[in-house]
Amino acid sequence: MKTDQQSRPVAPQRTTTKAPPRRSTLPALDRFGLSSRRVFVRHVAACGIGIILLYPLLWMLSSSVKPDGLIFTDSSLWPSEFDFSHYSDGWVALDHPFGLYLVNSLIIVVLSIIGNVISCGMAAFAFSRLQFVGRKAFFAIMLGTLMLPSHVLLVPQYVIFSNLGWLNTYLPLVVPAFLASNAFFIFLMVQFMRALPKELDDAARIDGCGNYRIFLSIVAPLCVPAFATTAIFTFIWTWNEFFSPLLYLTSPELYTVPLALRQFMNAEGLSSWGQIFAMSTLSLAPVIGFFIAGQKYLVDGIATTGIK
Amino acid sequence: MTAPVLTPTPRQRSGRVRAGTQSSSRRRRQDWSGYVFLLPWFGGMLFTIVPFLWSLYLAFTDYNLLNPPEFSGLTNIKRMITDTTLHHSLGVTFLYTFISVPLSLIAALGVAVLLNKGMSGLKIYRSVFYLPSLIGSSVAVVMLWRAIFGADGIVNDLLATLGIQHTQSWIGSPDTALGVLITLNVWTFGAPMVIFLAALRQVPAAYYEAAALDGASRWRQFRSVTLPLISPVIFFNLILAVIGSMQTFTQGYVVSNGTGGPSNSTLFYNLYLYQQGFTSFDMGYASAMAWLLLLVIAAFTAINFIGQKYWVYYEN
Repeated sequence: MKTDQQSRPVAPQRTTTKAPPRRSTLPALDRFGLSSRRVFVRHVAACGIGIILLYPLLWMLSSSVKPDGLIFTDSSLWPSEFDFSHYSDGWVALDHPFGLYLVNSLIIVVLSIIGNVISCGMAAFAFSRLQFVGRKAFFAIMLGTLMLPSHVLLVPQYVIFSNLGWLNTYLPLVVPAFLASNAFFIFLMVQFMRALPKELDDAARIDGCGNYRIFLSIVAPLCVPAFATTAIFTFIWTWNEFFSPLLYLTSPELYTVPLALRQFMNAEGLSSWGQIFAMSTLSLAPVIGFFIAGQKYLVDGIATTGIK
Repeated sequence: MTAPVLTPTPRQRSGRVRAGTQSSSRRRRQDWSGYVFLLPWFGGMLFTIVPFLWSLYLAFTDYNLLNPPEFSGLTNIKRMITDTTLHHSLGVTFLYTFISVPLSLIAALGVAVLLNKGMSGLKIYRSVFYLPSLIGSSVAVVMLWRAIFGADGIVNDLLATLGIQHTQSWIGSPDTALGVLITLNVWTFGAPMVIFLAALRQVPAAYYEAAALDGASRWRQFRSVTLPLISPVIFFNLILAVIGSMQTFTQGYVVSNGTGGPSNSTLFYNLYLYQQGFTSFDMGYASAMAWLLLLVIAAFTAINFIGQKYWVYYEN
């Protein structure tokens, strides 16, 4: 701020290049015209923000291995005393062992990933690389559904699923994924497929490939990054999804991880925070693991399409 | 009658005809396979468009799932007009949106500007800042927030070390509970930040050089070069953030065990809708509420689209 005011009357680059001799001990300006001191200040600020953002998560991790008495009294992140019993106690604290909920969530997630990649991939291929009557109109409808709040469809969908006898099964959670119902993924893949050269299709067509062959042998292999982005986002969103399982699942043995976690609040009151933190840590670990593995895809994915 | 004149020579005719059938049959084949590839999506649209129209009908009915829907005219709408809890939940949702959306967008833009130039390790920062937005609405994190802002949570600890005695639970008091959820939402500013960062990198460096030569301060450069050039992205983030926060559900549900308490201070509109539809099984009223939300979101989006003429700058 101070340097801004000083440099206001003159061009900032000139002030910095004309830096007085006492600053000359600093390394030269980088290519953006920022002095290394300014870059250092930015690093300090960015690290500070990063610590504030991560602190709650680190506190949860550290609390999950602290003895109960220390969780709210010892505010240091490194526990003075380690106690891993929250993990073993929390694992069996609910009606069923926590592993069952993890497996339930995994089943839904894996099926959703398969469904989204196949159905959204097919739709995106049609929208981006095939010519047919009504393509533009269908594409406009697809974009329109991006904006539609899901709660408008909630009651009728519930009634339909209820009449189909799908309540208290995984079908309402999984079948929509096979029906390309997430327009974000279609849009993401359309953006990706449009960037592939059209000549590839033409060459394959001359060689006698039909559209199915072109999709399977040419476009799909090139779209692996887009499919990976879809898979990772599907994993994280479906894993965290709370509302649909709350609506459709009633038997505790079918519960997903978020529903199980919420049960801690009901069953145990607020007395067993250590177990809650231990199971919360377990529930977030796969998400954070997938995030670390796929962060390039994820961050680039939202930078280009605006998916959150 | 005009045949002799207009009939093409056999060779011409065969050529044209073959070309014609070939292209039309090829187009037809393309048509067909386009629809085949869209088959799953058509199925999905059935599960979207039919419920969409049906819910509009249900909004004018009395329906409890057990008996068939009974047409009730404007009863639901009249009830919405006098339902003070509904007004309150709309107020909670608006307050949450109007405070947390600007705060998180300002944080996102500020941090994006901070990271934009000359930072090594950019990708690490970008990922660290983005992480909260991936898990911000998960049950685990909402419960964590409940612990942090509880009576003996670390926030009160921190205040105590600063010499401020606050022994009440932030989450248990009607005056502060919503504020706690607002901090949770602001904590997830990383997603719009990544989009801002991508936009900032598109701004040509030459514009800043020109502005600097004209004697523009950094603040002036930010206001007169950066802001106009990234205004379409600010607009995009604003629309997404408003739509998203108007639909908040999990935070209010988990923090209050589904009640919207204390004293309805976290009774988000969607939570009230859920209570009406799926605990009271008043599905006609819930449908009417859903349509009101749709209209409110549409109105906000329309206001934003009209307002953008005054502040969003498109280069073309």
